[in-house]
Amino acid sequence: MAAASLNSVVSAIQAKFQVAQKTEFRGETTLTVERTEIKDLCAFCKDTLGFAMLLDLSGVDNFGTEPRFEVVYELYQMDTDAHLRLKIAVSEDALEVPSVITIWPTADWHEREAFDMYGITFTGHPDLRRILMWDGYPFFPLRKDFPLAGRASDMPDVAFSKAAPLAGGPFVTVPSTATTKDREPRSREQS
Amino acid sequence: MLQTSPVAYDSKIEGNIIFTQIDSAMNWMRKNSLWPMPMGLACCAIELMAAGASRFDIARFGAEVMRFSPRQSDVMIVAGTVTYKMALAVKRIWDQMPEPKWCIAMGACASSGGMYRSYAVLQGIDQLIPVDVYISGCPPRPEALLEGLMRLQRKIETEHPLREQKRELIASFNA
Repeated sequence: MAAASLNSVVSAIQAKFQVAQKTEFRGETTLTVERTEIKDLCAFCKDTLGFAMLLDLSGVDNFGTEPRFEVVYELYQMDTDAHLRLKIAVSEDALEVPSVITIWPTADWHEREAFDMYGITFTGHPDLRRILMWDGYPFFPLRKDFPLAGRASDMPDVAFSKAAPLAGGPFVTVPSTATTKDREPRSREQS
Repeated sequence: MLQTSPVAYDSKIEGNIIFTQIDSAMNWMRKNSLWPMPMGLACCAIELMAAGASRFDIARFGAEVMRFSPRQSDVMIVAGTVTYKMALAVKRIWDQMPEPKWCIAMGACASSGGMYRSYAVLQGIDQLIPVDVYISGCPPRPEALLEGLMRLQRKIETEHPLREQKRELIASFNA
């Protein structure tokens, strides 16, 4: 039932908006759409198609490709239990995405997190401050070119940061059926 | 006068006098009434709560009065992961605590950053405030916290509060 309704949803979207790519994977539908149309499309999805809930909004850093960033919207329709994923590509030169906070108020903190971690600016957001790091932190830590250990920064009377001692790490566990001795976490260079 | 009650005021015991050094008396009073500032930041706080509850009962060591006001507390128990964003709040609360004050770094995270070798976590609370006792464990069991508290009590016994007060007073005259 969900799949049938999702097909009509996709065709309704395709009739009104540009859909660059449609992906089906394990019953999950992902539509890659235009960045400029995302706000109208989200309003259409909520008001006309009944996607009342925004489950998640996150950023993705595809470092080395162009456009570098993506923003992913995870939509949910409660009546038919249908999920829909929307993706937009965001270039590093124009890191601006229209905010969907007026459509789903829950987008508030999600957009703040994406801004905090990737530096993606959401235009129209009423309070776009960092949410996990402190105001004035100079880096965007989930970008792929940012080291796990972090970088030194100093903001007097607010906070400072130093690079963490990794001591050969990060240490990763290799999933296997081998003994505990072989499975225990070790650095990628040693494994 | 005929004594009829088995319980009576005994002037020989009540009137007795104990001689001691004032340093020892102050240390004795301080170490047996350590009011903690429970700085519970992660899972260590759960063990801290267990240490405060009936089974482990930190009250046996005079440290059951968890004060959520830093003005009334003597020992800050940093229990958990100190993120850089939280570090400022921890420091500010420490600065608000009146002297004399002590600090227990409870668990791997508070002692050294623990397993969080990452951009977001302060690598040990001792980078910001002086720590008296480090407790290993991830998280430490309540017994380990009690042992840490007893170590702190033993450390307090070795202090010379009056001598230090005198020294500070003389230094203030000279200044």
